[in-house]
Amino acid sequence: MATDPIHQFQIQKLIPIEIGGVDLSFTNSALFMSLTVAAASGFLILSSRGRGLVPTRWQSAAEMTYEFVAETLREAAGSEGMRFFPFVFSLFMFVLVANLWGMFPYFFTVTSHIVITAAMSLAVILTVIIYGLWRHKLHFFKLFVPSGVPAVLLPFIVVIEVLSFVSRPISLSIRLFANMLAGHITLKVFAGFVVALGSFGFVGVLGAILPLLAAVALTALEFLVAALQAYVFAILTSLYLNDALHPGH
Amino acid sequence: MEAEAAQFIGAGIACIGMGTAGIGLGHIFGNYLAGAIRNPAAADGQFGRLIFGFAVTEAMGIFSLLVALILLFG
Repeated sequence: MATDPIHQFQIQKLIPIEIGGVDLSFTNSALFMSLTVAAASGFLILSSRGRGLVPTRWQSAAEMTYEFVAETLREAAGSEGMRFFPFVFSLFMFVLVANLWGMFPYFFTVTSHIVITAAMSLAVILTVIIYGLWRHKLHFFKLFVPSGVPAVLLPFIVVIEVLSFVSRPISLSIRLFANMLAGHITLKVFAGFVVALGSFGFVGVLGAILPLLAAVALTALEFLVAALQAYVFAILTSLYLNDALHPGH
Repeated sequence: MEAEAAQFIGAGIACIGMGTAGIGLGHIFGNYLAGAIRNPAAADGQFGRLIFGFAVTEAMGIFSLLVALILLFG
């Protein structure tokens, strides 16, 4: 069926490349990742090129995104956390622009594949673990042992803390991927309702107005979700980095 | 019962989890709004915590949606 809601997530090989039995083809996913990086870098480089004391509209937009992420990180991880600002800002811009590219009809949503989001969340968690161990040595494990807990409860609390730490990369990656996947499937399903009802003649066309309106409203909601999920990814990254910087509870 | 029928029933049952996550999200935003109306000056400062609570709670609903999707299409 042409209106299969899963079809839009298929990976297609645009330029097949195979080196030593490893498939390194240039896919539509790779194309849209390149577009994402190009759009994000282009926006920030071109808009901040003027460096005016009185910013132009474009420069103002770039400064606002910068300040927004900087404020989020500073609030969550303190001024010490600002050393991770390039990392968090890159993640935020990549997720935001990739989500927004996906809102164009017939475009591929990079973040709707768990491979991409899992790679990003693993980068976050590995940064937390490696930096935490490097900076605090064994004191990093105080993260799992909150102070002021009765000795009887302590083993259970430690198990819970370890489980919650281990589930972080999973929930971080699945949240973004499932949100984008579910949103785009819902859009396609409602668009499919319009086509299906429209084939029932005049009464069907009248009835098709309802799912059409729903599809328009859902598109607006998807724009909100696209920006919100980028923000959520950035704020959770900041909170996890805070644990690496200040492991004591 | 046919396996396919059980699959669809299972997907439907998995969606109950999304409803309960909805209850949780309603609590978060309702309590935030109640607090914000009492003390509007402090509301903006708590926006980050609101979104954090939203994200962590929403994850549970998303997990059950994922189970439903895997049952339907996987």
